[in-house]
Amino acid sequence: MLELEALRIAAGSFRLQADFALRDRAQVAVVGPSGAGKSTLVNAVAGFVPPDAGRILWNGRDLTRAAPGQRPIAMLFQDGNLFPHLTLAQNVGLGLHPGLRLSRQDRAGVEQALDRVGLAGLGARRPAELSGGQQSRAALARVLVQARPLMVLDEPFAALGPALKADMLDLVAELARETAASLLMVTHDPGDARRVADEVIVVADGHAAPPAPTQALLDHPPAALRAYLGNG
Amino acid sequence: MAERARSVNRVPPPVSPVGGIGAAVAIAALMGLSVLAVIWRAGGVSGLTGADWAALRFTVMQALLSSLLSVALAIPVARALARRRFFGRRALIVLLGAPFILPVIVAILGLLAVFGRNGWLSVGLGVFGLEPIRIYGLHGVVLAHVFFNLPLAVRLLLQGWQDIPAERFRLAAQLGAGPRDMLRLFEWPMLRRVAPGVAAVIFAICLTSFAVALTLGGGPRATTLELAIYQAFRFDFDLGRAAVLAVVQIGLAGAAALLALRLSGQDGFGAGLDRPVHRWDAQGGWLRAQDTAVIAAAALFLCLPLLAVILRGLPGLLDLPDAVWRAALSSVWVAGLSTVLLLILALPMAATLAGGRWLGVEMAGLLGLAASPLALGTGLFILIHPFANPAALALPLTALVNAIMALPFALRSLVPAARDVMQGQGRLALALDLRGWRFLRLVFLPRLRPQIGFAAGLTAALSMGDLGVITLFADPERATLPLQIYRLMGAYRMEAAAGAALLLLVLSLAAFWICDRGGRGHAGA
Repeated sequence: MLELEALRIAAGSFRLQADFALRDRAQVAVVGPSGAGKSTLVNAVAGFVPPDAGRILWNGRDLTRAAPGQRPIAMLFQDGNLFPHLTLAQNVGLGLHPGLRLSRQDRAGVEQALDRVGLAGLGARRPAELSGGQQSRAALARVLVQARPLMVLDEPFAALGPALKADMLDLVAELARETAASLLMVTHDPGDARRVADEVIVVADGHAAPPAPTQALLDHPPAALRAYLGNG
Repeated sequence: MAERARSVNRVPPPVSPVGGIGAAVAIAALMGLSVLAVIWRAGGVSGLTGADWAALRFTVMQALLSSLLSVALAIPVARALARRRFFGRRALIVLLGAPFILPVIVAILGLLAVFGRNGWLSVGLGVFGLEPIRIYGLHGVVLAHVFFNLPLAVRLLLQGWQDIPAERFRLAAQLGAGPRDMLRLFEWPMLRRVAPGVAAVIFAICLTSFAVALTLGGGPRATTLELAIYQAFRFDFDLGRAAVLAVVQIGLAGAAALLALRLSGQDGFGAGLDRPVHRWDAQGGWLRAQDTAVIAAAALFLCLPLLAVILRGLPGLLDLPDAVWRAALSSVWVAGLSTVLLLILALPMAATLAGGRWLGVEMAGLLGLAASPLALGTGLFILIHPFANPAALALPLTALVNAIMALPFALRSLVPAARDVMQGQGRLALALDLRGWRFLRLVFLPRLRPQIGFAAGLTAALSMGDLGVITLFADPERATLPLQIYRLMGAYRMEAAAGAALLLLVLSLAAFWICDRGGRGHAGA
């Protein structure tokens, strides 16, 4: 279970506070107006933004000062999720061993993961030889072999077309279920939240609200969210 | 998102800055110790003699003349290149970069073949019953400096022209502005901003130039400080006087380098120079002819000496003395060692500078620009002399000094690319726990491969052609190829010298090409 305990982040005039817990295997979307701090919130959880106060706990263990790579988290960024000079197999292999010292078994695992995301046989290719959708799949294959209990997504599919994005989100949700991982994903599209998330965290006015059930929240949005969603 | 850009810097980068700081400290310590040794040795000696003052005056005067002439001649060339499109323009601009890796002694042999007493030009003048040109002395020194620095000035000024947005020319053309108006509206203000910096850079370069003064200068009326250090050292073995001169030279070169840095700003080294701006104002026949003549003259001035080196060198190449081959082997060895030393220093410094702001490391990387090789060599000699025979260490010391001199240029190529890697892939690396050596091996070095190849090639070529510190340390048994060529010239064995110069030219270009090529080979995406 992920707990944010009286977490506070400040930078210039920017403020964000959060105090809530995420139950295991939850699939949670983070929504809110741009600039409110969705990205900052998940980057704090992943260890890229040190909080000014409060703690981040995982199953009771304090993660607040842990290095990003030492957290039980597999993360996908908005862009740059693959190293362009490494092959797909190497990129995925980094999820098993950051020095790429892979056993025969590891290599088989990499093949299997590529197979699972629909990239069987493409392990020797480099990212530039693939389409945008295939690149996203390769990054997901790495998340799969990392087998971390929490998947954090900072809008990695924003550049894909709607149909492709929907495919990717479905795949993410499936993978999270298969590996019994929790999912925390930033999105600016309420449709994404409806599609994969059981719960939604609204970030607005310097505050990240505790997760609330998706359906109810989006059907009867609170004031802060209503302004963002518009009347449409 | 702004908030993200701010916050990323708060997480420690994947590589510890310790390596780069260590390299910077090592360089600063080495240079600091040399300077201290020089000052200590100079302490007991009285002030400057009349000859020393003459050397100081000549140093400043030739540098001033060289820089003013280079910039003045570069302005019409850069202007013509900026507003013309023609076949071979790109090749010409690449050629403008060549003098940077061209060994000085090779260029001097080429210049002698064209402008010397028996050179092509003098022979041509003789046909009309005119006196041959006298190349030794101030003229020759300035001519050689202009040969080396005119292309640099053209490149830097061309950058200034390219930085004027094309839309401005379009708007001005729409308003009916002619060439004269363009000059007043855009080009003159740009030149006023850019040209002083270019002149200052060339002035600083010419202050510490040694090989040109060694071969074309000399005598009481054409001795630079750098040359005076060498003469005090080699001919009089007056270490105290060499040290006094070195102190003066260090002060002068340091001040000039600071001035150049202030005036020229940090960037502006030749990105995107092969994009001619479309100009509507310069279509007249007279302007066309004028630009064509200017470009042709500049190309001839640069190409003729090189052509002369090749033509004169070919006959000698077939039967080079054994000493030349031995010297060539030494030069290859020095260039290799220098390149390795450079990479050992530059790569950690680039990684450190890419991960954050370290002013001290940045300054240490620039020290090579301010340093006078002969003053540094004098300091090293004073430091080593009590413990070992400096002549025995001539080659490794030359390699070390060459590496420090090449460092500013290497960092200029490495640091921006290293910053891109840290910014683009630093977070992904951290998320995957790729840190330290793993990060260097799997991400940093492979991503920087083209820049590493370029920096290594630059260093190898500069070191291969360097005629500087080696002259202080070498004994008759030891020589690098440039020094051997100088000795052959001194013995009036011009045919052998010409052959050896061609060999050196080939070796320098090959060293650059191999490294640069190696960096580009299957660079992958």
